Amino acid sequence: MTLWWAIAALCAGCYALKLAGLAAPRRMLEHPVVRRFAELVPVALLAALIAVQMFTEEGGLRFDPARTAGLGAAVVALLLRAPFLVILAAAAVVTALVRLFLG
Amino acid sequence: MEQTTHRSAAVRDALGVGVAVGLSGVAFGAAAITAGLSVPQACVLSLLTFTGASQFALTGAVGAGGDLVTATLGALLLGGRNTLYGLRLADLLRVRGARRLVAAHGVIDETTAVTLAQPTEEAARTGFTTTFASLYVTWNLTTLAGAYGASSLGDPAALGLDVVGPAAFLAILWPRLASSAQLRLLAAAGAVIALCATPFLPPGLPVLLSALPVVGAVLVVMAR
Repeated sequence: MTLWWAIAALCAGCYALKLAGLAAPRRMLEHPVVRRFAELVPVALLAALIAVQMFTEEGGLRFDPARTAGLGAAVVALLLRAPFLVILAAAAVVTALVRLFLG
Repeated sequence: MEQTTHRSAAVRDALGVGVAVGLSGVAFGAAAITAGLSVPQACVLSLLTFTGASQFALTGAVGAGGDLVTATLGALLLGGRNTLYGLRLADLLRVRGARRLVAAHGVIDETTAVTLAQPTEEAARTGFTTTFASLYVTWNLTTLAGAYGASSLGDPAALGLDVVGPAAFLAILWPRLASSAQLRLLAAAGAVIALCATPFLPPGLPVLLSALPVVGAVLVVMAR
């Protein structure tokens, strides 16, 4: 399997997965279990994505002080009800500054 | 009047997410080249896969010298959450035919989060379209820039760009976490499961495993 085949398979597969959810029959959507599931799943997945992107690297746990400080800045900005872009900018700037100072 | 306010707030949220998260395409472009992909390969992934986590999963595995079949399967598993997002969005977007075929390509973490955060259906649809368009354009342009200029732009991590994704996800989750202790518990459980599973499972699986407590919660509701 060459890299181009892997890329083609991933492109086709990812699109099919996206379309499958959007094109699922309405009957299925109206089922209360599916509805509840679809409401709760993004909360768990987004939290897991944050945790994995923040605290793992190359298949292992890793604490990155700069990234953690950046996310802390985002929490402060959220508590202050800052606009979205300000939240992201605060996170990136604090992370970059901590990296700069810690070397 | 209130409709217009909701819609312009949706556009503001959407552009914020789209442009800011889209900028991390630089990180993807640079990572892809570092992993040994060509510039066209990096660009095709951003244009046609257009789901960051899966793209990073594939290039990460390729860079680590992993088997291509396993690498592709891991990346596809990670794309499985878009199916769940699609189920949730179908009700709000109500797209049919050719528009559905186009909209499907935009069903990812960021568009879902912005769409679900809107107070009205109209604002939700505006939020989806604006996030999709701005993120798609930015993500693809910055992938190209990152792939070409990886060396001249320097390390994306030095600019703190690696924290933009998690910060965006947190901002998106925040209102839901603030509104319900149950959702906070679910989010914490999801995060802990994914972290505990990371050393033992291939990339992609730990995040999917975080859906397990949701299965539990739904079963409890059904049993009542």
